[in-house]
Amino acid sequence: MTRLRISSLVAIVALVVSACSSANTGSSSPAPSYPASIGPLEDSLNLVAWVGYVEDGSNDPNYDWVHPFEASVGGKCKINVKTAGTSNDMKTLIDSGDYDGVSASGNLSGRLVAANEAAPVNVDLVPSYKDVFPALKDQPYNTFNGVHYGIPHGRGANLLAWRSDIIPGNLDSWSTLFDPNTPAKGKLSVYDDPIYIADAAVYLMSTQPDLGIKNPYELDQKQFDAAVGLLRAQRPNIAEYWSDAAAQIQSYTAGEVTAGTTWQYQVNAMTAASPAVPIKAVLPREGSTGWSDTWMVYSKAKHPNCMYKWLDWIISPQVNAQVAVWFGEAPSNSKACEFADKLEPDHCATFHANDEAYFDKVYEWTVPEANCGDSRGAVCKDYSAWLQAWTEVKG
Amino acid sequence: MTSGAEPIRPSFARRLATALYRRPRLQLGLLLAPPVGALVIAYLGSLALLLVNAFWRFDAFTGSVVTTPTLDNFSQIVTTSVFRDVAVRTILTAAAVTVTDALVAFPMAYFMARVAPRRTRNVLLVAVVLPLWSGYLVKVYAWRLILLNDGFADSVLAPFGLHGPGLSQISAWIVFSYLWLPYMILPIYAGLERIPGSLLEASGDLGARAVTTFRRVILPLTLPAVVAGSIFTFSLTLGDYVTPRLVAGGTQFIGNVVYDNIGVVGNVPLAAAYATVPILVMLVYLLLARRTGAFESL
Amino acid sequence: MESARGLRVLLGVLTAAVLAFIYLPIVLIVVYAFNINRVPTWPPAGLTLEWFGRAAQSAEVRSALALSLEAAIGATLVALVLGTLAAFAVHRFRFFGRETVSFLVILPIALPGIVTGIALATAFRTFGVQLGLLTIIVGHATFCVVTVYNNALARLRRTARSYEEASMDLGADTWQTFRHVTFPNLRTALLAGGLLAFALSFDEVIVTLLVAGPQQTLPIWIFNNYLRPNQAPVVNVVAVVAIALSVIPVYLASRLSSEATGVPR
Repeated sequence: MTRLRISSLVAIVALVVSACSSANTGSSSPAPSYPASIGPLEDSLNLVAWVGYVEDGSNDPNYDWVHPFEASVGGKCKINVKTAGTSNDMKTLIDSGDYDGVSASGNLSGRLVAANEAAPVNVDLVPSYKDVFPALKDQPYNTFNGVHYGIPHGRGANLLAWRSDIIPGNLDSWSTLFDPNTPAKGKLSVYDDPIYIADAAVYLMSTQPDLGIKNPYELDQKQFDAAVGLLRAQRPNIAEYWSDAAAQIQSYTAGEVTAGTTWQYQVNAMTAASPAVPIKAVLPREGSTGWSDTWMVYSKAKHPNCMYKWLDWIISPQVNAQVAVWFGEAPSNSKACEFADKLEPDHCATFHANDEAYFDKVYEWTVPEANCGDSRGAVCKDYSAWLQAWTEVKG
Repeated sequence: MTSGAEPIRPSFARRLATALYRRPRLQLGLLLAPPVGALVIAYLGSLALLLVNAFWRFDAFTGSVVTTPTLDNFSQIVTTSVFRDVAVRTILTAAAVTVTDALVAFPMAYFMARVAPRRTRNVLLVAVVLPLWSGYLVKVYAWRLILLNDGFADSVLAPFGLHGPGLSQISAWIVFSYLWLPYMILPIYAGLERIPGSLLEASGDLGARAVTTFRRVILPLTLPAVVAGSIFTFSLTLGDYVTPRLVAGGTQFIGNVVYDNIGVVGNVPLAAAYATVPILVMLVYLLLARRTGAFESL
Repeated sequence: MESARGLRVLLGVLTAAVLAFIYLPIVLIVVYAFNINRVPTWPPAGLTLEWFGRAAQSAEVRSALALSLEAAIGATLVALVLGTLAAFAVHRFRFFGRETVSFLVILPIALPGIVTGIALATAFRTFGVQLGLLTIIVGHATFCVVTVYNNALARLRRTARSYEEASMDLGADTWQTFRHVTFPNLRTALLAGGLLAFALSFDEVIVTLLVAGPQQTLPIWIFNNYLRPNQAPVVNVVAVVAIALSVIPVYLASRLSSEATGVPR
C-alpha cells in the first residue's frame, strides 16, 4: 500500500514538474525583441501570398501595386511572390526558409508563432498602422502574449455562391450545401482544408442549438462528431474540393459545379469575364467562417528591411483600397475606404468594413486547439484531429 | 640512331594511367566513388533522414516531433480505414494505369519498330517524345477542358446519350495513363527494335503462325522492356498528388495524404510513415523487375 | 519477318489512334493559346494573338525559361559524369555489390517524386543549404543519372574490348585510349541518355516545387500562373513555344540514337 502511494506520488510529482517546466519554457525563453529601425534596403523581397494579394498588373493593368512599390523604394526590393491556395501550402513554403513574409490567415498565424517562424513586428516602424481599424488591432490571431506579430491586411467572409441561371431565386442558407436534396445535387464545391469543419459547425449553431456550439473552432467530441457527420452526409454531393481559385472559376464556368463556398475574388472574376458567368453570392443567414489576414515577417527573413517597407505599403490607404477592391474584402486601413469607394461605389459598405455587428457573425479562421478556452477545459479537438477527420471525410 | 641519350621520362598523365592500370581496385574505387558516393550521401542519406521520422512521435499539443522510437505511426496507418483505402486505391490505380499503358503502347511501339519505314519511324519517335516538352501541368489542365461538364468529352459523347467521366477516379486513371504513355512506348520500342529479324523468320520457318510467334518469341523477349516501362508508370502514379487534386474531384491518393500532413499540422512522422508505403511497394516491384532483366531495358 | 498485310494495316490504324489520343490535349493547348476568353472553357470563344505578345514581353517567363535551361544543363552534365563513371565501373569490374549499384541508380526515379522532394528538402534545410539553382540541380541529377547510366552500360556491353586492347598494345595509355577509341564509340549513347535526362529535368515539377525555393523554373512558373485565374492563356502560349522549340533537338536526338543502335533487322 505504501509502495503504491509512493510510486503514484512520484508519478504525480513527475507530471506536475514536466507540466510546469513546459509551461515555464514559454516564459523563460528570452523576451522577443523588436527591430529598432529599418536598415538599408535589400535588392529583393520574397513573399508568399493569397491569390490576388500581390498584383503586378499582368491580370489587369489597372491593378498593379508591385511596380509602384518597387519604384517607391528606388528600384530595390524586387518582389518575387509565390501564390498559395491554402494555409497548408503556405506553411510548406515558409518551412523552406526562403521567404521573407506571408499573408497569413488566422489558421496559420498561430502555428507560425509556435514554430518560431514568425518574428515580432515593431508596429512603430509601420506608419500606416495607426489608421488600422481598432477592431483589427491586438487580436488573438495577430497578437500573442501581448506581442505584435504582424500587420492586419483585411478581412472577409466565405460566401455561398451559385449559378443563378441553373438555380433560380435568392438563396440565403447553407442548407443549399448540407441538405441531401439540394438543387445542386452532385455539383457542390467546398474548400479543401480541414478548417472547413468549422463551416459545418457554424451551420449546426443554427440547426442544432442544443449542441451548444459557441465557437466553431473549439469543438468538443460531441460537437465535433456532429460536424463531421454533417460533412460525411455532404460528401456524395461534392463534385470537387477546391484549393485553387482559378480551377474553381473554371468549374463554375463549365457548370461542373453549381453551388459552393467561395471568396468574393472568384465571384468578381466571373462577373467581369466576357462572357460573364451568371453567378450570385451571399453571406447566409446562419453566418459564416471568414478570415482576417495578417502580413507576418519570417523569423529568419533575409530581406527584413524590404519586408517592413512592404508592410507599410500594403496597408497604406490607396494600396489597401486597391487590394480590397480587387480581391473583394474589407480593407484594414480606415483611410482606405475613401479610395475604395471611388474604385467601386459603396465598397466599404458592401464589405462591412466598419460593421462590427456583421463580423460578429463571421467566425474568422483560427487554429483549433485542445484548450477550449472556456469552462470545458482542454477537451477540444486540436488541428491534427481536424486533419485526420478531414482525410476520413474525403475518403 | 640511338646514342647515349637518357630515356624520356613519361608524362604525368601516362604515369598516372600506368599506376591506375596496375591497381584495378584503385581504378574501381575512383570510378565508383563519385556516383555511388553522391547517391548514397545525397539521396539515401536524405531519404534516411526522412524515414527515421516515421519512427518518431508527433506531439499534437506542442506541434513538434519527439524523438522517442515508436511504431505508433505504422499501426495508425494499418488500423485507420481511410489510410488503407487510399493506399489500396492508389496501388490499384497504378496497376490499372500500367496495364492500360502497356496495352496501348505495344501496338504503336511494334508498328514503329518493325513495320514503319525508317523515315516514318523517326517522325513517330519525335511525335511520341514531343508532348513531354509541353509541361506536365499544361497537359493536366488541358485534360480538365476535356473532362469538365460540357467539355470536349461531353460534346463528343452527347449524341450517344453518354456523359464524360467528369472529375472522378476514372478521370485520374485516364489522365495518368495519358501522362506516362511515352515512358512506356520508348522502352518497348527499344526492346522490340533489338529483336533480330532472323529470330522471327526462324520462328516462321519452324511453322509458327503470327500469333504463336508473338506469344512464344516476341512477348518473352520484350517482357523486360515492358517491365522497365512499368517501373515508370507505377512509381509515377504512386507518388503523384498534383493530378488527383485537379481531376479526381475529392478522391485522395497516397501523395495527397503525405502532402497534407507536412503542412500546417506538420505531422512529419505520419507523413514519413505513410510515404514508406509507396517506397516498400516500389522496392518489392524493383526486386521482381530485376529478375526479369528489366534494368537493362530502361 | 514481313507480317501479313492485314496485320500491318491494323497496326497502322492503331498507331494513328494512339497518336490522336496523345495529341488531343496538345491540340487543345495550341488552340487555347489563341483563345480570347481568359478562363479556358469548352468550346473556345475566339482567336487572338494577344497572349503571344504578353508572353514575349514577360520578364518572368524569360527568367523562368533561363533557370530551367540552366538547371537542366547542370543536371545533365552531372548525370553524364556520374552515369558514365558508374557504367564503366559496373561493366569493367566484378566486385561485391555490383548488382546493388544498378539498384541504387534506379531508386531515385523509381521512388515517388514527393518522397524524393520531401527528403531532399528536409535534408537541405537541416544542413542549412540555401534552396536555389544548386539544389535544383542536385535534385534533378539524382533521377537523371539512370538514363545516362543505362545507355552507357548498354553501349559498353555491345562494344568489343578488343579495340581498346589493340589501342593499348599500340602504346596508348588509358587517357588516350579513352579519347580516341572508347569515347567516340560511346558518344551517341551519351547523347541519347543526356537528351532524355535533359527532358526529364526540364519538365520536372514535383521535386522541383519542394527544392527550388523562391526561384521559378518554367514548370513552377506554369504552376504559379495557373493559380492566377487570368493567366491561363499565357501559360498555353509558353507551352506551345516550348513544344515548337524542342522539335529540332528531339529530332536530331532520335536520328542520332537510332543510327547508334544499328542492330540489323
